[in-house]
Amino acid sequence: MKSWLMHHLYVAQYTLRRLRTSPISSLLNILVIGVALSLPTGGYILLQNVQGLSDKLVGTPQISVFLGMNTNQDEISHFTKQLEQHAGISHVEFVPREQALQQLQQSTGLTDVTGGLAQNPLPHAFIVYPKSNDIQMLETLRDELKGWSKFEHVQLDSAWVRKLEALLKFGRLAVLILAILLSFALVAITFNTIRLQILTQREEIEVSKLIGASNSFIRRPFLYFGLVQGLLGGTTAWLIITISLGLLNISLGDLVQLYASSFSLQHLSPGDSATLLCFSAYLGWLGALLSVSQHLWKTESR
Amino acid sequence: MISFKQVSKRYPGGYAALKNISFEVDAGEMLFLTGHSGAGKSTLLKLIAAIERPNGGLVSVNGQNIGKIKSGAIPYLRRNLGLIFQDHKLLFDRNLFDNVMLPLQIAGFDHREGAKRVRAALDKVGLLKREKAHPIALSGGEQQRLCIARAIVNRPSILLADEPTGNLDADSANSIMEIFKSFHQVGATLLISTHDENILREYKGRRLTLKQGELQA
Repeated sequence: MKSWLMHHLYVAQYTLRRLRTSPISSLLNILVIGVALSLPTGGYILLQNVQGLSDKLVGTPQISVFLGMNTNQDEISHFTKQLEQHAGISHVEFVPREQALQQLQQSTGLTDVTGGLAQNPLPHAFIVYPKSNDIQMLETLRDELKGWSKFEHVQLDSAWVRKLEALLKFGRLAVLILAILLSFALVAITFNTIRLQILTQREEIEVSKLIGASNSFIRRPFLYFGLVQGLLGGTTAWLIITISLGLLNISLGDLVQLYASSFSLQHLSPGDSATLLCFSAYLGWLGALLSVSQHLWKTESR
Repeated sequence: MISFKQVSKRYPGGYAALKNISFEVDAGEMLFLTGHSGAGKSTLLKLIAAIERPNGGLVSVNGQNIGKIKSGAIPYLRRNLGLIFQDHKLLFDRNLFDNVMLPLQIAGFDHREGAKRVRAALDKVGLLKREKAHPIALSGGEQQRLCIARAIVNRPSILLADEPTGNLDADSANSIMEIFKSFHQVGATLLISTHDENILREYKGRRLTLKQGELQA
């Protein structure tokens, strides 16, 4: 057991030495892997951020109904009852015009402006929560409500969010495809690097086999190399993302300040970061495994 | 210890390297394999080390059927054999010490215990003082001795040597043979292929003569 551990330690040191013996090509390889990985990861982060933004804006779809200014209390209770009994509506919230004005003052800080008004310009409103999330049903419901008398203006708030979500779904698919393609590229890069190493070490492999090396003994240093190279590539990708997000947030800071908002791009979560590193290490290992196994298979079946 | 029963080996293309070979080698024996080049000496040694597989017949080492050995078991077979090659098969990217250390690394030896054994093996072939040198700095005879050191460091019970004195002058060849003789005296089983008449005259041991793949009586 101890000698087994010692051997692994020895192989790990040997791997680092080998990375150092050709620093430029090692560095370039790691950089290529890093850039390849940072593309889908960056796309993923942007999508996460847009998703977070849209979640913050509107959760569930809702229809706002603004009543005419001359609607009286009886009519309001009549409408409330009718809306609550409607088959397509789960519940209804009534927003009196006084409350709407208060909310407006609180949320936008326009106290000065609204305070100067002679009278409340806002109408009574209903916020209608439909049962269905389906965009078609929502639009049908909106058109039906539009037909009711005294319903001055009917607005389906979440329509654009749902369009955004469809767009996000498309974006996620695109990122997924990109990730899969670049994963293949990463495996191919490692495969080729290891193949070149095998070519320069063909004699060592041949002699080792002749004096009793098992296949796993021969594979081990190459697998370590692939693993370490993948891991370093993943770390590079992580650094690229971190630096890019930092730069983007600086210029974004200026922009959002103009809109009196405090939005900044979120970085990868620790879990996502760990996944990135594990995945890149795994792909490097896989590329190395395929490369050595192919070589061993070729020499054995000769 | 080693036994061949009606073994034949044909290479792809139809060339018959060995035809119907049968013989036995006892433990502790020193056996010479002679014959012209192309007679099948190397092929015979390769069959013992499972570098090649027979097309017919039975090759067994220590009771193990080598013709049917699983590829996963070959490394363990080879660790019990000491292989000595005519072209040495040394690694020129590392010094003498590391060349001899390789079999022990493969077998998973502890480094300190291994270092002792490496030095003992180098001492036996007279190269201890040059453990830090690289094989490229060695003469042909010294390279062959290094190859022997690597073969014996695992302390195998069987040594297979394929033309170990092939390219060497008489003095170097004799020093190699003296080393083999000392192994024979401590009980190792040796199978040495050679076509060097001087050696065959000088050293006693059973002879197997191959001619065009067949064993001569």
